[in-house]
Amino acid sequence: MPLKANSPEGALDNKWTKYRSTMNLVAPNNKRRIDIIVVGTGLAGAAAAATLGELGYKVKAFTFHDSPRRAHSIAAQGGINAAKNYQNDGDSVFRLFYDTIKGGDYRSRESNVHRLAEVSRNIIDQCVAQGVPFAREYGGLLANRSFGGVQVSRTFYAKGQTGQQLLLGAYQALSRQISLGNVEMYNRHEMLDVVIEDGKARGIIARNLLTGKLERFGAHCVVLGTGGYGNVFYLSTNAMGSNVSASWRATKRGALMANPCYTQIHPTCIPVSGEYQSKLTLMSESLRNDGRVWVPAHKEDVMAIREKRMSAKDIPEDRRDYYLERRYPAFGNLVPRDVASRAAKVACDEGFGVNKTGLAVFLDFASAIQRYGKTEAHSNGLHNPDPKKIEELGKKVIEAKYGNLFEMYEKITGENPYEVPMKIFPAVHYTMGGLWVDYNLETNIPGLFALGECNFSDHGANRLGASALMQGLADGYFVIPYTIGQFLSKEIRTPKIDNNSPAFMEAEKDVEGRLQKLLSINGSQSVESFHRRLGLIMWEYCGMSRNAEGLQKGRKLIQELQKEFWSDVFVPGNQDEFNPELEKATRVADFLELGELMMVDALDRNESCGGHFREEYQSEEGEALRRDDEYAYVAAWEWVDGGDPVLHREDLEFENVELKTRSYK
Amino acid sequence: MKLTLKIWKQANNKTAGKFETYSVEADEHMSFLEMLDVLNQSLLEQKKEPVVFEHDCREGICGSCSMVINGQPHGPQKGTTACQLHMRSFKDGQTITIEPWRAKAFPIIRDLVVDRSAFDRIIQAGGYISVNTGQAQDGNAIPIEKGLASEAMDAATCIGCGACVAACPNASAMLFTSAKVSHLGLLPQGEVEHSKRVQSMVTQMDTEGFGNCSNVGVCEAECPKGISLENIARMNRQYIGSVFGSQTKVEKA
Repeated sequence: MPLKANSPEGALDNKWTKYRSTMNLVAPNNKRRIDIIVVGTGLAGAAAAATLGELGYKVKAFTFHDSPRRAHSIAAQGGINAAKNYQNDGDSVFRLFYDTIKGGDYRSRESNVHRLAEVSRNIIDQCVAQGVPFAREYGGLLANRSFGGVQVSRTFYAKGQTGQQLLLGAYQALSRQISLGNVEMYNRHEMLDVVIEDGKARGIIARNLLTGKLERFGAHCVVLGTGGYGNVFYLSTNAMGSNVSASWRATKRGALMANPCYTQIHPTCIPVSGEYQSKLTLMSESLRNDGRVWVPAHKEDVMAIREKRMSAKDIPEDRRDYYLERRYPAFGNLVPRDVASRAAKVACDEGFGVNKTGLAVFLDFASAIQRYGKTEAHSNGLHNPDPKKIEELGKKVIEAKYGNLFEMYEKITGENPYEVPMKIFPAVHYTMGGLWVDYNLETNIPGLFALGECNFSDHGANRLGASALMQGLADGYFVIPYTIGQFLSKEIRTPKIDNNSPAFMEAEKDVEGRLQKLLSINGSQSVESFHRRLGLIMWEYCGMSRNAEGLQKGRKLIQELQKEFWSDVFVPGNQDEFNPELEKATRVADFLELGELMMVDALDRNESCGGHFREEYQSEEGEALRRDDEYAYVAAWEWVDGGDPVLHREDLEFENVELKTRSYK
Repeated sequence: MKLTLKIWKQANNKTAGKFETYSVEADEHMSFLEMLDVLNQSLLEQKKEPVVFEHDCREGICGSCSMVINGQPHGPQKGTTACQLHMRSFKDGQTITIEPWRAKAFPIIRDLVVDRSAFDRIIQAGGYISVNTGQAQDGNAIPIEKGLASEAMDAATCIGCGACVAACPNASAMLFTSAKVSHLGLLPQGEVEHSKRVQSMVTQMDTEGFGNCSNVGVCEAECPKGISLENIARMNRQYIGSVFGSQTKVEKA
């Protein structure tokens, strides 16, 4: 199938403006007669549902949570990028565009990324007007901070809770539309299938999670804003409920899944503490501004630490390996996420990991405490301060900057990071891959749209910090409200969609059959235990580094696990009741297939780029080796039940940036 | 560590519930919810019904978890949600009682899961600023004093978990409602429709069946995000100001 990106003609910086001014519109009297289904109410979904409601469409919004305010967007800590150039430090739309393309290792679509950079400015304005309490300077104007991989200060933030505040803004806008009657909200409803009629997406089958009943909903089009699939690894920084099912059901109905192997592993997370671990907690990237990453340089010290005969403080400076500073002198501890994560893996693979599992490195604030302490002492007029005073003053500065993070670390680990270095390890955090969409954010199924993390479009093979929130809100507030008109303007004569038609009845029967099958297996292993095993396979063979042999083996192991799941899973209870185990079972069943596709995609991509590191393709110094001549394409996969997935390529054309090797040395 | 758990089990809101007793082997580094995971795994291995509880982000921000642990919403550690509570806060051999939020306005759905949609309806009644997408002026057009912005931020930190209601002897939702009234009312953007907002939200809060505030203060003490009682005082002032000092009159539904 030929993939048409549908990017408008013309100069890059004029594409969106011109397109927006010439695209087809739906008149207000027609909007009132058009139904839109929005699935997912995180940043992208809630923003879209609210805005489409404001425009006069009749919107039905769905979330599996008890309230739209619980979506996992809420957990984003750091901030949101926007090319406002309020700091007068040389930022511009083009620079944000360029940083994003480069940060994504030249695997994203120029036209989409430029539009993202353009509308980033409107997002901040909109959020301020909604009452989002962004951090401010003493003069009352908006504050900014800098983030990894860029040289300007363009990140807006609300303490360490930016995602929460942006989501609450979108939730409140959505709540207003609900109260005005423009949006009908369905909480605790999980989409279990998308209904395709005459080749167009015309509705969904959802399960009312309270009653367990299946319900059919028809609409002129369907918009998915259902997030990423990091939980395929079981352990990730995603929420426990985050899942791929909506996107995967669309894939099973013919939508293409693009670049599924691009996963972002965040370098600074709290390490796994035991077998019972259910999720991983992120420690903000900002900590790398002051923390130094190291492991002991000698194996005997490593063993002494693991056996608790020594503590980190007992290791003298000359027996430590500050490996990021050693390997990347130019960027040091502030290399981008993918580079920092791989370096930690190398150190641990070589046997230098510093906790009992051997999977942790130190993030040490002792030098920062000393440095800040001395500066503080000096500015307080203390000329010969004793070391204790220096430490006390330094700790105060660190507390002011990272107090809440240090507190969270101590709650979870029981260790005080002011006294002993933090232990950290990389963890799955974000997925750049997702449903293939064109410039209109429309999948290859007409009338089916995908926004935010659940599409593949803007981050290439690696996402920069503070860009996920930007993309979610850009898609929801400022892109889909326009581009959806390109499809809907042709649908004004389509009457209300009949949810009793054969397509709906068949889809409902399919779902019913799947649920009954899961309940009837009555095997001996819990859903959770399968999920954990899938996670281990994914992490081992499709994690921070991959190779052809491992990927082939991983695919085979997953296929075996699928068979075992469908013959030995145990799901208690019934379909017609509130049954969280059944919900988990449907999600894990979908993860089991997605995991297989990820292996296939990673095996097909014979190069290293961004979050995808193939051991066979690295430079002599062990850095990622991209192969632009052969792999500058988007791999969009068509799923075939029981067969091999079929690859559809969208070749990426770069007219405005020159492809270069990323170097942080 | 070996623990005895007394957990509230209730099939739905039409049947009566009761405490069931379980024993579980836990590790001090586990989170409280991971300890419940271990219990559920062993129940499933015996083909028994697991304990149903609400949870999602497990990092203290989504507000899903909703359990009263030994009489305290979210358990014994101050400023901590149940998901961030760790077993090192408990002793080997201890008996732990786990119950759902108990309030008329939060009907029980199953075991430890309650229906908090009343909170959504309070927000829908006016917990927003009436601005459509695309109508905004430049973000820096109205400077906001740093202290004021951070006071609004403190109020906006509420995660909507409902611990305040569960803790209050009157099952009052004043802390939740006043946090949103304060967050929006403190900012110049939200001040414009403030009179209507405060009346509408308070009216909805009463309609939902939450109790009144009698200044016990336990809501603030149990709030995992440290939302201040000052918000309630502010809402009371503003409510009175709005009812007697403005043209706005919101009728009860």
